[in-house]
Amino acid sequence: MLTNYFPILVFIAIGIAVGGGLIIFSRLIAPNKPNAEKLSPYECGFPAFEDARLPFDVRYYLVAILFILFDLETAFFVPWAVVLHKIGLYGFLSMMVFLLILVVGFIYEWKKGALEWE
Amino acid sequence: MPVQVPDLTPAVPQIYVLIMTCVTLLVSLFASKKHSAWTYILSQLTLLGAIVLTLLYFHHKSQVTFHGNMIVDHVSMLLTIFICAITFFVLLYSRDYIKQHKMPNTEYHVLVLFSTLGMMILVSSYSFVSIYVGLELFTLPLYALIALRRDSAVYSEAAMKYFVMGAIASGMLLYGLSMIYGATGSVQIAEVVKVISALPSSQHLIILFGLVFVIAGVAFKLGAVPFHMWVPDVYDGSPNTVTLMIATGPKIAAFGLVIRLLAETMPDVQLAWSHALMLIAVLSIGLGNIVAIVQSNIKRMLAYSSIAQMGYMLLGVIAGTANGYAAAMFYVLIYSLMSLAAFGLVAMLSRDGIDIQHIEDLRGLNERNPWLAFMMLIVMFSMAGIPPLAGFMAKIGVLEAVIAVGHVWLAAVALLFAIVGAYYYIRVVKVMYFDDPLQSTRIDLPTGDMRVALTVNGLSVLALGIFPGILMSLCQAAF
Repeated sequence: MLTNYFPILVFIAIGIAVGGGLIIFSRLIAPNKPNAEKLSPYECGFPAFEDARLPFDVRYYLVAILFILFDLETAFFVPWAVVLHKIGLYGFLSMMVFLLILVVGFIYEWKKGALEWE
Repeated sequence: MPVQVPDLTPAVPQIYVLIMTCVTLLVSLFASKKHSAWTYILSQLTLLGAIVLTLLYFHHKSQVTFHGNMIVDHVSMLLTIFICAITFFVLLYSRDYIKQHKMPNTEYHVLVLFSTLGMMILVSSYSFVSIYVGLELFTLPLYALIALRRDSAVYSEAAMKYFVMGAIASGMLLYGLSMIYGATGSVQIAEVVKVISALPSSQHLIILFGLVFVIAGVAFKLGAVPFHMWVPDVYDGSPNTVTLMIATGPKIAAFGLVIRLLAETMPDVQLAWSHALMLIAVLSIGLGNIVAIVQSNIKRMLAYSSIAQMGYMLLGVIAGTANGYAAAMFYVLIYSLMSLAAFGLVAMLSRDGIDIQHIEDLRGLNERNPWLAFMMLIVMFSMAGIPPLAGFMAKIGVLEAVIAVGHVWLAAVALLFAIVGAYYYIRVVKVMYFDDPLQSTRIDLPTGDMRVALTVNGLSVLALGIFPGILMSLCQAAF
């Protein structure tokens, strides 16, 4: 049983060896002469304009969540569409029920104003 | 080859609840503010309808549908009826609280209904996939319910704790199920049982490995030691009505999970899981009862008491006999009735700016409202297991079941801790009856229907103790 997994173990070992080896070799072989200018942060050659940690609008979060929710349905649609001619009326209606439930959620979010930016 | 259309008739209650929940959501979304009572009425109609539809189907024998993913038998139907009935009471008890505490009305009702739907699916699921779908559908709305008032730091903290711990538990459960799937090659319980019983016991190792994770996940959902840490924090940190919701229906659903995953899926490795559950049960009974003694917060005390009660319930499952499962089922149904009344009283008395938090808040309740104090007395005595109340019959059932399979020591330990546990239940009675009230003004429940409901609830605990026969024989007929 466990012998079936041996190739995976070998794969992990090779993966670690290649990934870690490159880092270690570049550390050992590459010349390393840092100075203050080299180590300072820059943005397209200029000194950095501002801190990278700036607050951003929490509404992006809401939009992102809604996007994921309605984007995932595509993941169900594609395989469904591919076999549509084989699964018959029952398969078709199952997806319509799924869509209907999704539409209820969509009406809710619209009515609640989640799609309004202001 | 077109897909076979499954027989939808056994699933009519679930389909009805789904449709009605969507209707409730849309109606209350478009109704004006002064029609907000419709949300409540539609929600209650949903639950009543589900009970009626299940009752109409009750005379049928067990039936598997949805290509072996769903089973409708007497276990699932009885649990469904109780889940819907208890949720009906939960919504009734919380109607005034959500108005007073300005919780969003639509969302509250719809989330409760979706959670109920998840529980209904969970108790009648017959494959690992539908079990998982049911489990997530019933827990996800609960996380949102706790955090419904997101301006409150306490509620957000409780929701966060519950969510993180719940996600870990679901992960463990899923990992265990994937191991069992790997060993048996099927997610359908009927198939898995066949494969496991055909396996020689030398090849049980991977199934036992998966079983450990399954037990961890299940014990978390039950809130049993050592996976109990979330219980007091979540009970304490949630709004009182949401605590009421979490402490009642989900316990019944978690019992369904235990029955489907352990009793029905793995009867052939019963010895292995009953040993693990034995440890969990003894620890839960011990720790729950001892730690509850030092609690001054009533919600935390009832939380530790629920840990202990789940330990007692597991005794019936450990026995592994049809009688044992029936006793465990009887226990969990009675427990949810008792905790419905206890948390319901706490939730309904929390009004006009007072939030009942501490046992001391109930001081002299007898002088302020004798009938409410009497109801609480029935529930507390019943939880302690004092005859002739329902809690006593439930405890006898599970103890009898473990003694019948020869675990006398287990019954002795359980009894010993029941005596320890009696202390903190009776202390509530002492505070209500023998301590002087801080204020002498009369307090009462908000409306008449709530008074009637709490009376029915409290007296049912008494009635089921005197006449346990009907419910007991229903439980026994289910296995």
